[in-house]
Amino acid sequence: MNILVCISNVPDTTTRIKYSADMKEVDYSGVQWIINPWDELALTRAIELKEANPALVQKITVITAGRADVEATLRKALACGADDAIRVDAASGDSLYTASQLANAVKGDAYDVILCGIESSDYNNSAVGGMMAELLDYNSVSAVSSLNLDGNTIKVTREIDGGKQNIEVAGPVVLIVQKGIAINPRIPSMRGIMTARTKPLKVVPATDVIPASRVVSYEAPPAKSACKMIAPDHIEELVNLLHNEARVI
Amino acid sequence: MSVLVYIENWNGKFKKSTYELVSYGKRIAAGLGGELSIISIGNVDETELKKLGAYGAGKVLSANTDMALDDKAYAALIAEVANKSNASVVVMANNSTGKALAPRVAVKLNAGLVSGVNGLPLSYQPFVVSKKAFSGKSLLQAEITSGKKVITLSQNTAGVEEFPGDVTVEPVDVSAVSGSVKVLSSDVQTGTILLTEAEIVVSGGRGMRGPENWKPLEELAEVLGAATACSRPVSDEGWRPHHEHVGQTGKVIAPNLYFALGISGAIQHLAGVSSSKVIVAVNKDAEAPIFTAADYGIVGDLQEILPKMTEAFRKFKANA
Ligand SMILES: Cc1cc2nc3c(=O)[nH]c(=O)nc-3n(C[C@H](O)[C@H](O)[C@H](O)COP(=O)(O)OP(=O)(O)OC[C@H]3O[C@@H](n4cnc5c(N)ncnc54)[C@H](O)[C@@H]3O)c2cc1C
Ligand SMILES: Nc1ncnc2c1ncn2[C@@H]1O[C@H](COP(=O)(O)O)[C@@H](O)[C@H]1O
Repeated sequence: MNILVCISNVPDTTTRIKYSADMKEVDYSGVQWIINPWDELALTRAIELKEANPALVQKITVITAGRADVEATLRKALACGADDAIRVDAASGDSLYTASQLANAVKGDAYDVILCGIESSDYNNSAVGGMMAELLDYNSVSAVSSLNLDGNTIKVTREIDGGKQNIEVAGPVVLIVQKGIAINPRIPSMRGIMTARTKPLKVVPATDVIPASRVVSYEAPPAKSACKMIAPDHIEELVNLLHNEARVI
Repeated sequence: MSVLVYIENWNGKFKKSTYELVSYGKRIAAGLGGELSIISIGNVDETELKKLGAYGAGKVLSANTDMALDDKAYAALIAEVANKSNASVVVMANNSTGKALAPRVAVKLNAGLVSGVNGLPLSYQPFVVSKKAFSGKSLLQAEITSGKKVITLSQNTAGVEEFPGDVTVEPVDVSAVSGSVKVLSSDVQTGTILLTEAEIVVSGGRGMRGPENWKPLEELAEVLGAATACSRPVSDEGWRPHHEHVGQTGKVIAPNLYFALGISGAIQHLAGVSSSKVIVAVNKDAEAPIFTAADYGIVGDLQEILPKMTEAFRKFKANA
């Protein structure tokens, strides 16, 4: 069984977002880049499964669509325990563009499981995984919170609104993962960092794809008005404000 | 220029968010000068389907099937109905089902997708929508440039509107539809208020000090008819179940009223709750960042304040 993990490179979650003067672009100067938190957990689970089933899981490949500066992220994934890496040499585009680049790069390769995160913490579009599945004509299961292998049978738990389902699905399948898939993200060991340097990293050219959407402009969220403080011994004042002023009770 | 809205059901019933989606679709159809159709997949009876008429449904296409959510099969069905009804815009909820289906439908229709849209499009020609990005730290306007468009709506950002009118219900042929994922078992929450649907949410953080102190929080929630939630460390510690965790890595909610009790207000927490209409914070630390996000605040010790709050709301409810 071969597992592909899709890795998106995002600004550290605590980054303050700055913009270009015309508000048409994000100013990424000084930003610290990290592996998208969901992708880090997806990779962690893939490594755990390989360690627990060495005879079954042969190879873990990581893939990202991006320019050369994202290779550091792929090296980190290799240091964590992935076996090889692919970078699709594509500029950033919308979800359809990115998903097409990834799907075109792996079409015909024999991955049994493709793992994606439920969303990238930058554009929060929750789209690339499902789009890849459709482009490759694979099954997909979204909102996966646990993944186990029973021989070649893939068993997952999917979160649905107000509950969960335990599901069995045959590969090849795209699993779109969320909270629960792994608990603590793997961090690279010293030995991992050394061996990562010699692991294969293949660069493939981008394909011609036309994006279907674009960002027109950015805006800072509206500032909240000051918080009204209520004295702890005047709780009835809170009740009154919520009823008469905010009108929410 | 017609619009297709996909709606899901919970044991054959719709929820407030369903009506929000339908009336949202109605307003987009009006903006485009087209018709609205609804596609419902699952076992829903005619009486329930007819309720959609009050929100502008017009035509409801009902795919009456027992098949559980299967991303590939459902998406194929929705795309087929979209093509047949000549929909140029397909709308879904930005919840776990919408997130599973919208990307697949978008590829089938060769459409651009923007998910988590806030409210109505800002313009129809070009088609521009607004959404949050960077987990709530930024807002952006996106144009969908393709002929067909798919959007998912962030809950509680458009509101429910009534458009009384006639509704026709037509069955969709599902004989050719078959799924390939096998549901072994499912565990669906019943009775309690669904966190993502709740109008009021009472949420506790590490400042609650331990699972044994949750009783008063639950009492407050009960008095208010609210759902309960928690911060991430609280669910990580096992004080509360995981499905209650809100924030960047948990659920994203947008109730009318959110109580943050003993929650410091970390950016990752706010990412999940900052769309709430009104936030009330109680924290013993006057400098806690939650007060910059809150509308109403009380500085003090929850051990004392929580029971007093419950009492005050109980009195209010009794006189209401
Ligand atoms: C990648 C990433 C993702 C994350 N995702 C999430 C997420 O989705 N959701 C989330 O919540 N967090 C998330 N976090 C964690 C987040 O950064 C914070 O650590 C977390 O939100 C803090 O939880 P808390 O407010 O309950 O606890 P604390 O930060 O410990 O705050 C406790 C608060 O309670 C107050 N307090 C203590 N005792 C009392 C008392 N007796 N009465 C009144 N007040 C009292 C304190 O003054 C303090 O402000 C994430 C972190 C990372 C790095
Ligand atoms: N540029 C990219 N390269 C590789 N994988 C990506 C890329 N962008 C998104 N993904 C994958 O798709 C998931 C969802 O991202 P998104 O649809 O952008 O919210 C991420 O968690 C990644 O697994």
